Amino acid sequence: MSVRRLAPDNIQPASFEWSKASLEKVAFWLAKYPEGRQRSAVIPLLWLAQKQERWVSRPALEKIAEQLSMPYMRVYEVVTFYTMFHLAPVGKHHLQVCGTTPCMLRGSGELIKICKNRIGEHHHVTEDGLLSWEEMECLGACTNAPVVMIHDYYHEDLDPASFEKLIDDLAADKEVVPASAIGRQKSAPIGGPTTLQDAKLYDGSLAKKIKIPNLPAKG
Amino acid sequence: MVGILEDKDRIFLNLYGLQDWGLDGAKKRGAWNGTKDMLDAGRDWIIAEGKASGLRGRGGAGFPTALKWSFMPKEVKDRPHYLLVNADESEPGTCKDREIMRHDPHLLIEGCLLASFAMQAHTAYIYIRGEYVYEREILEAAIKQAYEAKLIGKNNVHGWDFDLHVSHGAGAYICGEETAQIESLEGKKGQPRMKPPFPANSGLYGCPTTVNNVESIAVMPTILRRGAAWFAGIGRPNNVGTKIFCISGHVNKPCNVEEAMSIPLKQLLEDHCGGVRGGWSNLKAVIPGGSSVRMLTAEMAEDVLMDFDALSALKSGLGTAGVIVMDKSTDLVAAIARLAYFYKHESCGQCTPCREGTGWMWRVLERMVKGQAEHREIDLLLQVSQQIEGHTICALGDAAAWPIQGLIWHFRGEIEAKIDAYRANKPHVMGVSLAAE
Repeated sequence: MSVRRLAPDNIQPASFEWSKASLEKVAFWLAKYPEGRQRSAVIPLLWLAQKQERWVSRPALEKIAEQLSMPYMRVYEVVTFYTMFHLAPVGKHHLQVCGTTPCMLRGSGELIKICKNRIGEHHHVTEDGLLSWEEMECLGACTNAPVVMIHDYYHEDLDPASFEKLIDDLAADKEVVPASAIGRQKSAPIGGPTTLQDAKLYDGSLAKKIKIPNLPAKG
Repeated sequence: MVGILEDKDRIFLNLYGLQDWGLDGAKKRGAWNGTKDMLDAGRDWIIAEGKASGLRGRGGAGFPTALKWSFMPKEVKDRPHYLLVNADESEPGTCKDREIMRHDPHLLIEGCLLASFAMQAHTAYIYIRGEYVYEREILEAAIKQAYEAKLIGKNNVHGWDFDLHVSHGAGAYICGEETAQIESLEGKKGQPRMKPPFPANSGLYGCPTTVNNVESIAVMPTILRRGAAWFAGIGRPNNVGTKIFCISGHVNKPCNVEEAMSIPLKQLLEDHCGGVRGGWSNLKAVIPGGSSVRMLTAEMAEDVLMDFDALSALKSGLGTAGVIVMDKSTDLVAAIARLAYFYKHESCGQCTPCREGTGWMWRVLERMVKGQAEHREIDLLLQVSQQIEGHTICALGDAAAWPIQGLIWHFRGEIEAKIDAYRANKPHVMGVSLAAE
């Protein structure tokens, strides 16, 4: 179990307001759930608050509780239970390094060492406010291990050299493009797929009208 | 030819994202072809074909998918029915649903319509893990395309009003458990519910609900298009069809690949993954079904078939078919200790054996990695794992116990060697304190 608490009072802001762009997204999420079930949107709304502020503050929790007619305690339970919510500020570029066994077998330990050397302990924010990192549990991209998530997108097939380069770019506040570090096609084997070579699969012949087999007799 | 399955029998034709994921591309590859005819044939026909196909759920448990559908109430009374698609793919070693959602989303959407129709649901939710932001964006875009083409939505061309929504989590593995997922979708902590009542009676918002894995739903349209006998003819009895295998770890070319069920593990690794790093003889152990199953030794891996029955006969399991390969350089104790940390981190905290036990097992294993343990603690660890297994509301307790049991059953010597090595350099090692704290 992950035991998590809100950030201390001295770093909590005085208030929270949705930006105009966030408000549109709030409406998009609320429309997905049936009348009277608005609290279903609590995770998406907390996520939007985090996208807007880079972390989730107590005033944001209070705002969302009020908006969804939920007791504050219920929102608190949710935000502390789900570990993707940052309960304290993180760096502008927050690196989320997968450390679970499939990534570990492919060298995520080296990446974590690099993070410790260049950034510091997990969740420590560098003085310029640019970098911080944390170790994640399985990100679900195991065939492309090791994987690091930056700004919500996956950087795959990393090794110490390509990861150092990524950190160099982020430390210089440059944009990084999520991709496979070895230029591989998604999760296909290195060097190209061993399957799906038959051109007939893609020439449109599968879109021709077909007769569904075993249909019941009409009438 | 490599592997067993021929290209013409594959379902996921855009597994590697080389083609267009959008509606036009998907239609060209056969998606949405004949869907109306299937719906016109009626829900009983869909369920009967689904049962005849022999499809077993692809999320880990392997329960027959269409049989699960038939547990829903026959008539819709005062409460609406729901389909909930489990896209909370978080099992270490597993990354197949991700490929379906980002590269073949229309097969999933079509499957949602068919399954919802078969269970008389007018609304379905896809619950996707919070980390899959890109996949969620693609899925939302594909659903928008389907609405605009009137394939789903109110007054669609198929004649069954159907709304499909995507919702998401925020980093909790436990939300892959069906009742925890329902709790989470209702806006609560993801803590599993006691069963009964089963979701088919009282699920989302207290209404009849069926929870299915992404792959189970996404293969259904193609099964109906090509006929139950086609699907049932692949693999061996009780273990039929095609399956996406995710192979990670120490192979030369880790990859996802759709193959025939019951393919020999050795052939899977050698044909598609370039073999084990350093050759087959360099293999030490394989976790064949996502982290929650017991590992296989190299001897067992030699001729085992990748299916439900063959792997459970070896007291392992097919699970999600996430194959984690470990060669001789692997510190198995450390590899399993890392999994133990994962389960400790992901325990929801509801049941005492799991909340306390997962942390306890992890701490003991961390000491064992360094050799700072007693020989008799190995048996103690095994015993504790058996006290967690089967004594919790959901299967996370079992999932945490099994990898450790696999380690002790098959590689006890590795732990002993570490303890001996630690002691070898010291003139007298007094007993370290038992238990972890």
